[in-house]
Amino acid sequence: MAGVNAGDTAFVLVSAALVLFMTPGLALFYGGMVRTKNVLSMMMQSVFAIGTITVVWLLIGYTLAFGPATGPLGSFIGGLDHVGFAGVLGGRTGTLPMGAFAIYQCMFAIITPALMTGAFAERMRFRSWAILSVLWVLLVYAPVAHWIWGGGWLAQLGVKDFAGGLVVHASSAAAALAAAIVLGKRIDYGNPDIAPHNLTMTLLGTGILWFGWFGFNAGSALAANDQAIAAFIATQVAAAAGMLTWLLAERFHTGRATTLGAATGAVAGLATVTPASGFVSPLGALVIGMCAGALCYWAVLLKDRLGYDDSLDVVGVHGAGGVFGTLAIAVLAVNGIGGVSGLIEGSTALIVPQLIGTAVVVTYSFGLTWVMLKAIEKVFGLRVAKDVEVQGLDVTEHAEVGYSL
Amino acid sequence: MKKIEAIIRPHKLDDVKEALSAIGIQGMTAYEVRGFGRQKGHTEIYRGAEYTVDFVPKLKIEVVVDDDQVDGAEHAIMMAARSDKIGDGKIFTYDALSAVRIRTGERGPEAL
Repeated sequence: MAGVNAGDTAFVLVSAALVLFMTPGLALFYGGMVRTKNVLSMMMQSVFAIGTITVVWLLIGYTLAFGPATGPLGSFIGGLDHVGFAGVLGGRTGTLPMGAFAIYQCMFAIITPALMTGAFAERMRFRSWAILSVLWVLLVYAPVAHWIWGGGWLAQLGVKDFAGGLVVHASSAAAALAAAIVLGKRIDYGNPDIAPHNLTMTLLGTGILWFGWFGFNAGSALAANDQAIAAFIATQVAAAAGMLTWLLAERFHTGRATTLGAATGAVAGLATVTPASGFVSPLGALVIGMCAGALCYWAVLLKDRLGYDDSLDVVGVHGAGGVFGTLAIAVLAVNGIGGVSGLIEGSTALIVPQLIGTAVVVTYSFGLTWVMLKAIEKVFGLRVAKDVEVQGLDVTEHAEVGYSL
Repeated sequence: MKKIEAIIRPHKLDDVKEALSAIGIQGMTAYEVRGFGRQKGHTEIYRGAEYTVDFVPKLKIEVVVDDDQVDGAEHAIMMAARSDKIGDGKIFTYDALSAVRIRTGERGPEAL
């Protein structure tokens, strides 16, 4: 255990379990928002990612993201030293055993592709999702994680992303947008029958996501230290503020405060504060959360005007939130918390890196996901047949039903 | 014999049941239905998007009675289910050709 801090290790291991728990939480969150005939297919897309991505991460994903950033390609992709977790046990990452870091990062690699599934709810073939999720983690997630967190070229440029505003939320949302456009709208899009079937599930999922998010953000300090506490507080504050401003926006726009609005506003606050959580003060997090609720509410409404069926609002919540939170670092970062200063401390140093990082990640993920989707569509087909979509994906794709009441 | 079908507000079921029991009617069937008449549906809001739901949840009750009970039964249902607002429902009455009690084989009004 030479060079290992026991407190940090314990904290990161618990955080890893918390982040894993977010994925079944996401399954409930999304599952409640689709129709009864698709609830299992929706939840399965998240649950299945736990199975596939864990194996992919062990075999090759981890080393592509966090292998050594050396050699001619080192700025772009991790070296292959840790294929199959070779050298992970007994290795060190800062004050942690490398194994604690590697399995913690595995949980991020699982939930990131799962997030995008909300955009193509109720119409994607299961087999196509299985292929897309694996390809996406290898070709989009692992490189982007390497660029920003693995010492790659965006990290060298000074891009800051504490817990995954770009690596997780913006990259997944950009892919989600590509998928929503390539797959097209659901047959029943715009019809009242398409409304959520069980918002109690969605609220339970929100609670699990919120709980797990403490591991996601505070754990990203990779140590049980002051920065972890700052991130923990920022997480709670932004989620609460996001809920409140979403409900206010909704109250003025439609005349009602809804439970789905409370849930969505909280998740918007959580997603938005993610990149900034280890860099901003509690009051900075309050500002970010308040902006998140209002901004994401507006961004969600935008989809009808732009005409794509991002069914469960991955782009409006995680895309708008992830990008806004990433850019907010350049304004609100406090040196005493995360070691970098934003505009409020008179520094303009972060503005250009944050803008470049955002543009690069969104463009790369959108473009490459588009190509992958077109390729999968050509070889395997992407979308279920019309009669299958009408019948529902649970019984047709999985030979089960969620409810037999 | 006549079959009476009534579409009523869901929360009026107990009142209707008691009113029918009080005039000696000893059985009925009820099920959940959705439909619309003059009553407007309602609006649901999900993430700022408004959906108009035309079909309103109602209960449909069915009861088969002897001919001399029809007027009394219709009146009992009407008075029990009434709230004086649009959406109280409707009552339809049809001829019932036969009735059989499965356990005993009794036929006609004795089977009711």
